[in-house]
Amino acid sequence: MLPDLVAGLALLALTGYVVLGGADFGAGFWDLTAGGAERGAPVRAMIKRAMSPVWEANHVWLIFLLVVLWTGFPVAFGSITSTLAIPLFAAALGIVLRGGAFALKGQAATIAEARALGATFALASVIAPFAFGAAVGAIAAGRVPVGNARGDEWSSWTGSLSIVVGLLAVATGAHLAAVFLGADSRRAGRAELVHAFRARALGSGVVAGALAIAGLLVVRSDMPALYDGLTSGAGLACVLASGAAGLVTLWLEWRERFELARYAAATAVATIVAGWAVAQQPYLLPPDLTVHEAAAPDATLAALLVATAVGMALIVPALTWLFRLALSGRLAYEDEPRP
Amino acid sequence: MIDGVLGGPVDQDYLVQARQMQAMSFAVHIPLVCFGIAFPAMVLFLEGLWLRTGDPLYRALAKRWSKAMLILFAVGVVTGTILSFEMGLLWPEFMATFGAVFGLAFGIEGFSFFVEAIFIAIYVYGWDRLPARVHVAAGVPIVLAGISGSLMVISVNGWMNHPVGFSIRGGEVVDVKPLEALFNANLWHELVHMYLAGFIVAGFLVAGVYAYGWLRGRRDRHHRVGLVVALSVAALAAPAQLLVGDWAARTVAERQPVKLAAFEGLERTTKGAPFSLPGGIEIPDLLSVLAFHDPGATVTGLDSVPADDRPPTGIVKVSFRTMVFIGTALTVLGAWFLWVWWRHARLPSSPWFHRALVAAGPLALVALIAGWITTEVGRQPWIVYQVMRTESAVTGASGVPVGFAALGLVYAGLVAVAFVMLRRLGREPLEVGS
Repeated sequence: MLPDLVAGLALLALTGYVVLGGADFGAGFWDLTAGGAERGAPVRAMIKRAMSPVWEANHVWLIFLLVVLWTGFPVAFGSITSTLAIPLFAAALGIVLRGGAFALKGQAATIAEARALGATFALASVIAPFAFGAAVGAIAAGRVPVGNARGDEWSSWTGSLSIVVGLLAVATGAHLAAVFLGADSRRAGRAELVHAFRARALGSGVVAGALAIAGLLVVRSDMPALYDGLTSGAGLACVLASGAAGLVTLWLEWRERFELARYAAATAVATIVAGWAVAQQPYLLPPDLTVHEAAAPDATLAALLVATAVGMALIVPALTWLFRLALSGRLAYEDEPRP
Repeated sequence: MIDGVLGGPVDQDYLVQARQMQAMSFAVHIPLVCFGIAFPAMVLFLEGLWLRTGDPLYRALAKRWSKAMLILFAVGVVTGTILSFEMGLLWPEFMATFGAVFGLAFGIEGFSFFVEAIFIAIYVYGWDRLPARVHVAAGVPIVLAGISGSLMVISVNGWMNHPVGFSIRGGEVVDVKPLEALFNANLWHELVHMYLAGFIVAGFLVAGVYAYGWLRGRRDRHHRVGLVVALSVAALAAPAQLLVGDWAARTVAERQPVKLAAFEGLERTTKGAPFSLPGGIEIPDLLSVLAFHDPGATVTGLDSVPADDRPPTGIVKVSFRTMVFIGTALTVLGAWFLWVWWRHARLPSSPWFHRALVAAGPLALVALIAGWITTEVGRQPWIVYQVMRTESAVTGASGVPVGFAALGLVYAGLVAVAFVMLRRLGREPLEVGS
């Protein structure tokens, strides 16, 4: 019971990061592909305006995930971080590069400086989610054995599932970002940007859907146990829900219902994460380590749950306030002229 | 002693590099923690002055400091993330074996960090948009979360030096009591020591910036207010730190006698142990007085444990002295200011005072790092004091030197970026509205 609750917490943190942190990474992807300095400027300005007040808070979900894993499932945490040291370190470095470049981007003195910083920010925004996705793919594919660096440090995360999940992480992030930024542009009254992001949302939605289906096919040929999980019971429900939410998102984007599309897109992505978790039940590190075997003693799990309940009681209202202020445009990007 | 649940010690040719990589990551992050602790309180103090007096200068200065606070927080977010990853990337056996014992502290720290991230965004981006009282109120959680966050991280460090809240049976960790581990006996003195260090480092560094401006001829009211507020904080914290340092040293003497022996490089257990100053001067009985407040007390020497179980004494001894001497010098400098302020209600007018202030910030940083080297290297060869050796905890993955080099390069860039941003912020003219 307690291990399942704490596993649920880890899943919540992961989902929060995939949706909110993922959208931040995705914004970097659109920054990368926005075109030349002049043509891409409005898109980049909108990205900066939307991200500035919320990126630190969005990032905390990752820290929370790490903490829940090492407190609640320490053996799994040590096994994952030692075997998957390369992709995880790459992701961590990507986060640093991205944070530094993002912070300084608006302040570049010359075009060359701005380009170098922009490129760093954008490239790191693609590398980090890909590396995280590859790590998740390695776990799902059963390539992370229990032990200190017991798995192969390269082949563990370079299999077909890792590649597909890595690409999927980049694509879903880009899709979420485009949907969110489209809605933000509408609120800001920037019609030309609304259309730019709508086109991006539609395109990336199709790509993300195709990658999700490709992932299913890879799982079917290589990982029969996981495939069974995804095609029966709760796993199947998640897969179907994700597909339906994805289609609804595309329809809402088509009809320019951008605010509703935010929630539909988030649901589509969150249910992919949930589907994976449900499908590999009862394993945390398939094929051997179950959630219950990996779990810390009950005293620790209970304390963690109590701390989380208290913490959430503080965080949820605060986070709601932050998002409400940010979405209503009351947290101004400081360099912008005030109305 | 315990080897760990992942299968015990592995071959790792680069244990030293792994330790240095961890040390570098802490050395970059800890100065930012100081600002996380002290800056919100300093900014709120200025905003409070504005609310009380209506003087727009206070508001303008608070707003400027809050922008610097946000830059430093953002850098702290990413360097803190690296630290979280390194816990597992470098020390997987430590995390796997003891995560269940001390991990709860990081859980609570995570929430503190969340609160900080949310309210710092509301506070800094809400200056012109939120009603004044709401805005001040949004700053309070940042201060509180700074305290609770450092409390929790310090708790883990205290625990590594004084591991409690579990038993070992048959090489396994059992009877885990996470709350006992969380509130270990080292927590309180380490917390107060670090908390005051935060105010000393942030206070002297900020004051140093304005002192530099004073030396360059910028002596308007804006620079004076900035200097006085920052320096007051540091000058009041410094003498208190001497007392807390004494408390900390006596706790170490009692609980980690070998570490204390390393502070002084005391080879043999000695009754009435002396303390040596640079230049070979020895003050009789002083170490006994410092450690136990008793000139005749017996101080345990390094020879009380086998050579394998002793920390590297050279670096610990030098670090300890560096911290103590700088701390004392900063206290004297702070006292100079407090005296002149009390007698004449003005700043000391000597350029030497301002030159000393410019040097004080970087020196405070050196003392901070030296203090952490003292306690962390002094704990070696143990990662969990007298329970797990550092070499048992290290990762079996290859490529530690590659990671170390890559992170070193990235951090050099990050520090440069932060420096450039702060300098640009400093060059903007202060906008004092009405």
